[in-house]
Amino acid sequence: MAADIYARIRSNPSFHRFVKRRNRYAALMTALGAIAYYGFILLVAYDKDFLARKLMPGMVTSLGIPLGVGVIVFTIAITWIYVRRANGEFDAINAQIIEEARK
Amino acid sequence: MKSIGKNFFLWGVSWLPALALAAGPDAGQTIKQSTNWTAIVMFALFVGATLWITKWAASKTRTAADFYTAGGGISGFQNGLAIAGDYMSAASFLGISGLVFANGFDGLIFSIGWLVGWPVITFLMAERLRNLGKFTFADVASYRFAQTPMRTFAALGSLTVVAFYMIAQMVGAGQLIKVLFGLDYIVAEVLVGAIMMMYVLFGGMTATTWVQIIKAVMLLGGASFMALAVLLQFGFNPENLFAKAVEVHSKKEAIMAPGALIKDPISAISVGMALMFGTAGLPHILQRFFTVPNAKEARKSVAWATTWIGYFYILTFVIGFGAITNLIPNPLDYFVDGEIGKGLKGGGNMAAVHLAQAVGGDVFLGFISAVAFATILAVVAGLTLSGASAVSHDLYASVWRRGHVDSAAELRVSRITTLILGLVAVGLGIAFEKENVAYMVMLAFTVACSANFPILFMAVLWKDCTTRGAIAGGVVGLVSSVVLTIGSASVWEAVLGNPKGSAWFPYSSAALFSMSAAFLTIWLVSKLDKSPQAQKERALFEDQRIRSETGVGAATALAH
Repeated sequence: MAADIYARIRSNPSFHRFVKRRNRYAALMTALGAIAYYGFILLVAYDKDFLARKLMPGMVTSLGIPLGVGVIVFTIAITWIYVRRANGEFDAINAQIIEEARK
Repeated sequence: MKSIGKNFFLWGVSWLPALALAAGPDAGQTIKQSTNWTAIVMFALFVGATLWITKWAASKTRTAADFYTAGGGISGFQNGLAIAGDYMSAASFLGISGLVFANGFDGLIFSIGWLVGWPVITFLMAERLRNLGKFTFADVASYRFAQTPMRTFAALGSLTVVAFYMIAQMVGAGQLIKVLFGLDYIVAEVLVGAIMMMYVLFGGMTATTWVQIIKAVMLLGGASFMALAVLLQFGFNPENLFAKAVEVHSKKEAIMAPGALIKDPISAISVGMALMFGTAGLPHILQRFFTVPNAKEARKSVAWATTWIGYFYILTFVIGFGAITNLIPNPLDYFVDGEIGKGLKGGGNMAAVHLAQAVGGDVFLGFISAVAFATILAVVAGLTLSGASAVSHDLYASVWRRGHVDSAAELRVSRITTLILGLVAVGLGIAFEKENVAYMVMLAFTVACSANFPILFMAVLWKDCTTRGAIAGGVVGLVSSVVLTIGSASVWEAVLGNPKGSAWFPYSSAALFSMSAAFLTIWLVSKLDKSPQAQKERALFEDQRIRSETGVGAATALAH
């Protein structure tokens, strides 16, 4: 029954260690995403001149363009990094914990 | 070409506030153009193909589970595309490229805002939603709480968000059909209402999913083609594209830097919060996580969705700049009376549509017009499905019948609700024809992040959260987000007609305040809640936590 399994998972210290570890990783990634986004927005609000600066003398492209596109690419990248780790390493540990509880 | 004139600048600024606050498919009041038969034929082909799929989907929609979640049999990759199809609205495509066309860099700020909610969903929500829920987000929010009040409130939150989002889509459809197809406003309402009802009524989630996938592929394909064509003109060197744009645009160098979009930091952060956390509270998006078989596929869905949506926003940026370099040098073809100062034919949101003609001729113009309209259809179908699920699964089956209902009866109620919601959508579309609905999409996001997201987040992650706390916080979030939005300039002045400067809420978005108030109330009321029911709910947290983290006991996730 599910209730027994829950009880056994609850008493398994490796479950609590695992959840803590995965949640810490998720929190770290959330923070990275938020820092990238709010960092960019606050630059827009407080230092428009910095974003308007040219990439190189004589160029038209401003620093803001690669930074802005960079935030989009970064957002996609951290999502995949998290999902790969969660679907690989974390799911394997998770499966093991469930396996132990079913015995 | 040397002097584009001050008028162009003034025109650009005059409609900026509306877009900046909403980015809804706010075409404003548009003027009917001549009938575009190519676009109509292409759209008819899309409708024919999707209705054919609906017929197939109908044969697979036999139970309530099929209706709500396509039986949970969608793969992560498919669901990722469908989420992208659900999320990439006509507003993102036409509105953001139009914003880039008028202001350059500022459009990019917006694109980024619409993307940042996705990592939040990935890291904090996707897996837990899938593990705890079955059909609707109320399943998750009410998992360990008193069913009747919790589900009633969650359904109310869903329906409120769906209603605001729906009005923006239906009015957008009516305005767009005039400029894209050259047909009357009312035709759009009836078309969208009728076709959307057929998808949802007969094909449920299976048909809705495939409509969204097809639309996503068409939109991504069409936008990719346009961006490629533009880059090809400049030897795939963005520097050349930007140089040409700066040369022809009336704002010159200013289009390469942030402009007037962000006025004060508080508004910037507040809008950012609405977009970041509102995405994680949209019922039609959350429901998509129950269509995949397990947490692994749920995570894959968001990763793919984030990828497609991010890629799409980069495309809209290129398209906006391509419109600057292609349209401004040819005012006779694309501007009212051939004068740039009078604005684009069909309005400021038509930049991408005119660019389609410039790079791909009349046939491609027809294709892009059909895609833009199909986009609204797909979004409206997703909204209606989630609204119908809130009524039939949460209110009827769980609250009214207390779970004692068979699948056939529940399915019947969801279909009746779909019909009613379809008629309501058409009615609202007609009622709001002459209204300024620019604020509606932003209001939907604000309510989602202030009412739905806090209760979901606290119910799943905070042990001490109780029914009373969650509902009190949800009500505070819902009421404050609506009231503060009414007090902001976008409603108080632009809609209610009060004099300029009289708005009593000074920021562009209520989210920072209404979401904080919701979290604070949940915390405070839960802490003070010493009732026996509260003790019971706290005791249930451990089991809920184990299920949400491991997936043991999740619907169809594990064979018992």
